[in-house]
Amino acid sequence: MIPGSFDYHAPTTLDDAVALLTEHGGDAKILAGGHSLIPAMRFRLAVPDVLIDINRIPDLEYIREEDGHLVIGGLTRESALEESSLVQEKYPLLADTAKVIADPLVRNLATVGGNLAHADPANDHPATMLAYGASVVAHGPNGARTIAIDDFFVDLFATALERSEILTEIRIPTPPTGSANAGGAYLKMERKVGDYAVSAVAVQLVMDGDTVVSARLGLTNVNPVPMRAIAAEAELIGKELNDEVLEAVGRAAAAECDPSADLRGSVEYKRDLTRVLTKRVIRKAVERAKGGDS
Amino acid sequence: MTQLDDRIEPHSPLPEGVSAQVETTHDVRVTTPAKICGVGHAMKRKEDPRFIQGKGRYIDDIKLPGMLYMDIVRSPYAHAKIKKIDASEALAMDGVVAVITGEDLKAAGDLHWMPTLMSDTQMVLPIEKVVYYAQEICVVVATERYIAADAIEKVVVDYEPLEVVIDPHLAMEDKVIVRDDKEKKTNHIWHWEAGDKEATDKVFAEAAHVVEQSMHIPRIHVVSIETCGMVANYNKATEHMQMYMTSQAPHAHRTIFAMVSGLPEHKIQIISPDIGGGFGGKVPIYPGYVCCVVASLTLGKPVKWIEDRSENLQADSFARDYHIEAEMAADHDGKITGLRVKTLADCGAADAAANPSKFPAGMYSICTGSYDMKAAHIAVDGVYTNKPPGGVAYRCSFRVTEAVHMVERLTDIMAHKLGEDPADFRLKNFIRPDQFPYKSPTGWDYDSGNYQAALEKAMELIDYPSLRKEQAEKRKRGELMGIGISSFTEVVGAGPSRDFDILGLKMFDSAEIRIHPTGKAMARFGTKSQGQGHETTYAQIIAEELGLPAEDIQIEEGDTDTAPYGLGTYASRSTPTAGAAGVMAARKIKAKAKKIAAHLLEVGEDDLEWNVDKFQVKGSPDQAKTIQEIAFAAYTNHPPGMQAGLEATDYYDPPNLTFPFGSYICVVDIDSGTGEVHVRRFVAVDDCGNIINPLIVEGQIQGGLTQGLAPALFEEIVYDENGQNLTGTLADYLVPTAVETPKWELGRTITPSPHHPLGAKGVGESATVGAPPAIVNAVVDAMWHLGVRHVEIPMTPQRIWALLREHGVAD
Amino acid sequence: MSRHTVNVTVNGEVVSEEVEARMLLVHFIREVLDLTGTHIGCDTSNCGACTVLLNGRAVKSCTIFAAQVDGGTIETIEALAVDGKLHPLQEGFWEKHGLQCGYCTPGMIMSAKHLLDKNPNPTEEEIRWGISGNLCRCTGYNKIVEAIQYAAEKIEQGDSAEEVSA
Repeated sequence: MIPGSFDYHAPTTLDDAVALLTEHGGDAKILAGGHSLIPAMRFRLAVPDVLIDINRIPDLEYIREEDGHLVIGGLTRESALEESSLVQEKYPLLADTAKVIADPLVRNLATVGGNLAHADPANDHPATMLAYGASVVAHGPNGARTIAIDDFFVDLFATALERSEILTEIRIPTPPTGSANAGGAYLKMERKVGDYAVSAVAVQLVMDGDTVVSARLGLTNVNPVPMRAIAAEAELIGKELNDEVLEAVGRAAAAECDPSADLRGSVEYKRDLTRVLTKRVIRKAVERAKGGDS
Repeated sequence: MTQLDDRIEPHSPLPEGVSAQVETTHDVRVTTPAKICGVGHAMKRKEDPRFIQGKGRYIDDIKLPGMLYMDIVRSPYAHAKIKKIDASEALAMDGVVAVITGEDLKAAGDLHWMPTLMSDTQMVLPIEKVVYYAQEICVVVATERYIAADAIEKVVVDYEPLEVVIDPHLAMEDKVIVRDDKEKKTNHIWHWEAGDKEATDKVFAEAAHVVEQSMHIPRIHVVSIETCGMVANYNKATEHMQMYMTSQAPHAHRTIFAMVSGLPEHKIQIISPDIGGGFGGKVPIYPGYVCCVVASLTLGKPVKWIEDRSENLQADSFARDYHIEAEMAADHDGKITGLRVKTLADCGAADAAANPSKFPAGMYSICTGSYDMKAAHIAVDGVYTNKPPGGVAYRCSFRVTEAVHMVERLTDIMAHKLGEDPADFRLKNFIRPDQFPYKSPTGWDYDSGNYQAALEKAMELIDYPSLRKEQAEKRKRGELMGIGISSFTEVVGAGPSRDFDILGLKMFDSAEIRIHPTGKAMARFGTKSQGQGHETTYAQIIAEELGLPAEDIQIEEGDTDTAPYGLGTYASRSTPTAGAAGVMAARKIKAKAKKIAAHLLEVGEDDLEWNVDKFQVKGSPDQAKTIQEIAFAAYTNHPPGMQAGLEATDYYDPPNLTFPFGSYICVVDIDSGTGEVHVRRFVAVDDCGNIINPLIVEGQIQGGLTQGLAPALFEEIVYDENGQNLTGTLADYLVPTAVETPKWELGRTITPSPHHPLGAKGVGESATVGAPPAIVNAVVDAMWHLGVRHVEIPMTPQRIWALLREHGVAD
Repeated sequence: MSRHTVNVTVNGEVVSEEVEARMLLVHFIREVLDLTGTHIGCDTSNCGACTVLLNGRAVKSCTIFAAQVDGGTIETIEALAVDGKLHPLQEGFWEKHGLQCGYCTPGMIMSAKHLLDKNPNPTEEEIRWGISGNLCRCTGYNKIVEAIQYAAEKIEQGDSAEEVSA
């Protein structure tokens, strides 16, 4: 399995990368971590004429807090999230997610930006970023713009990125601290390590006592497009948590997703699994919220 | 062979079917000091230094001057007529040297067809039609690997798709004929029966209890981490064909290549280099090998072919794929009385299994297992479908895995149905130690066994009564915990040549030992290690017999120009056959050594006795000659009238198979929400007779258990209705990682084989054979009270979830 | 198709080779540099037989182009033993029977090396997760885990021994 031929460019500035992307348009692909792209090229499912390797552009790998956000450089490796004490301590939903993406070797190269920009509903970050209410920063010929994550995923493998734009940053609102109790969690059911999710659920919420003040839920691999479980959120927000409420939230999530049958399971199984995981992940997030974890 | 060898006959095989009574023990027998490292020492492996330093030499590491690369065009259809193959664009590419099609092979002497190991036929490259998805269509040879990969994209093939038949039951209706090259227009290949039908029917008519269960043992794949490959190197001047090949049976392959290609056998050399796992998948000859040979023959240059993983998963031999309907009968006392089995064997597009020719369903008739019963009858039908040909004995002796799965499931169902504890039920029904040698109702002569001891040991190690207590408490709380047992009997070490062969080649095996003047040795064997550690085990066997340190003995296998003829390594046969040959050859050397020692010490042979590594004079042990001194004398001071040298060869034909056994107990917890099965504990007590290297035996068992876990929970080759393989990459064919694999807990009993010269039995495959039903039995045990009677493998979360919901369990 | 000069430090030696843009790093290592200890077991980034250290991190060399590592540092299994002395991981795999056919072994060892570099005292569970990007078909992993535990202990002892002598 050998990739087809292509021209390779390794620009060292973002502007050069954008210029190359503008020049080659649809014939070009951005090469970041490469762990979705290169296997597809080996099977010749992807045969780009031009690869623009953005790995030599400095200052695209970072994790820091600024302006009430966790900001993550587009080229940040998944393993950096795992190793970041900031992420581990204050962003447990993101920490949960980073641990279950592919396998540890893949995570040493695969990037957060690539995971989102590929817009594969089987990828894990989309659900997580939807739950966080994150935004992404895109660089194009006219400079940078910010896109709310809710507007980012437009179709299967399609995003709001323009053809000549590169995803350079992800911005996650820092969960509130102090009197508000924020919590988050990601729960993924995979057939084995390295597999895509059969279903996975991300939640980020704020509790006041036993009442859910706010919540966002994201679902992985149970819809053609990465999705927020809005109906499920509606069942959750403003409610005092008990088994009945959780069941209603789970059922809502199961009803609003649109999985397809494959080797991972039937439609019925994936829906029911989504219900079960939704209940469990909310319990976990609430536990964290009450335990003082954000 | 020297004259001396002919005078000495150390073979004293027991008469057919006869076995002595043997004792069961627990401690590994060790008779040599650590510096010699004979049998029983946990010696670190001699082969490892090269592997841990990246200095192994596998097929893709072979690089010859001027080497070309071959790649294969494969069919996107499972059944289609080939209307036209247009390779002109590929041939016009820079670096493309040749394209070889079925027509070319036909012109080269009808090489477009080849025999399978079952005396069926299989296409090398098709001319009229393709019969399975990913079938080889034609090959491209180029100067570089990357160019060959580009060129196969440029070959244009015009197909006319035909209706496919994937389900073997539908195939039996003959509406779509897979093999219209055959005279008889039917998909039915063969019908085979074993046992006594009349006696079995009678037992069932008189039975107090009968249970029945249908089950499918799915198609799976060996997935050795190294795929298959070859470097064929034909020298037109010398007419010598050298093939580096991922071969588990290089000698047999040489003979088959000679017979099929017409090349004289003395001009063929097969070298099987380091093999990155075999598990049965490197026993068959695949079309890729033949094309590679033809390419080199035609071009007179070395040609390399290395399979991609997706080719390996999609086109190489599968294993299993038995559709079983089985019944078990028992009397009023809960004693098993009989077994009646019908089975449909899905062979794919050719019967390319690796069964001995007498046994189209291999050792499947061993299916009465560890239980004493009056009668059994087995009927198996082989059928063609539009799937790749097979199936290989994946880490088992020819279909014994299917047999064990079936009988262990039925035994468990019967126990549950009668309300008896599955352990007690087994203990009651086992063949008793005093019944050995035991003649099974289907005609197998079990050499030795003590099934009670193994199960009791496993129950003790896992604290079986406490587990049952825990289970009862959990059940009250609605938690799903299950305990499963499998008490299997394996059948390995083929074989007595009266019964076992590959295409007529009898399944003996061989060893040749040469002791050098300085007391170091070289030994060559007819088998071929693929990770089993032969370089260590065989050295220890010779060390045991001759007192030479195992470190001083170089073991070689795999080069047909140098190694004595043998049938190769599969079916756990290396220790039972070639290992025994090593013992016998060493004993011939020892007999000569004794004569030399008598000469050196100026005493009669009868005055000498052997003591670990020397011959000493009885009653005066300081008068002695070490094996090293004797070796030197064999070349410098041998007795008058005796030929110089210290070498021997032995071809060992075992008097019987060996029958390793064991009892496994598995504990599972089931997540009622997701359907996930978690293997919490797994105790494996194995009995493989006397142990040569405990470290290697443990490794074999742990690896085997993991390859038993895999089909039980994860692995299956899946086809869609068009015959497309949906599990053609390791992203979809789910090989377990370290995370999914439990911490195995091992125990052992030792019941020697009475007929093997070291009392050893094979062990490489026991765990793969025995493990799956233990896991299934545990999962069913967890849900029996809900009304669940059986679960098909792989027991995926979805499958368990569906059963739970069907039986009213919700989360 | 473009060609590129790759300057890279491999096992301590600087090499400079011109390659086609699409050449995979694993082929560069095996075919161009003739370092055949790094193996290939799949085409989907699943098996980990091709694992090497790139700038100190374990990566699957089948899923990165050679051109990408220009200016970088690569370590393969061949560099692990220093002056004929085995690395503790190599010792551990040998002592504990952590290998059978040996095909996954170089990748497994390189993966374990990165794991121990990051986490010198991993728990059994951390080891299992740490090597979950590497498939082994022969051993059933139990003895690989023991091998890595052996190496971790050995490295720790070695460190403390050095501290004592210093």
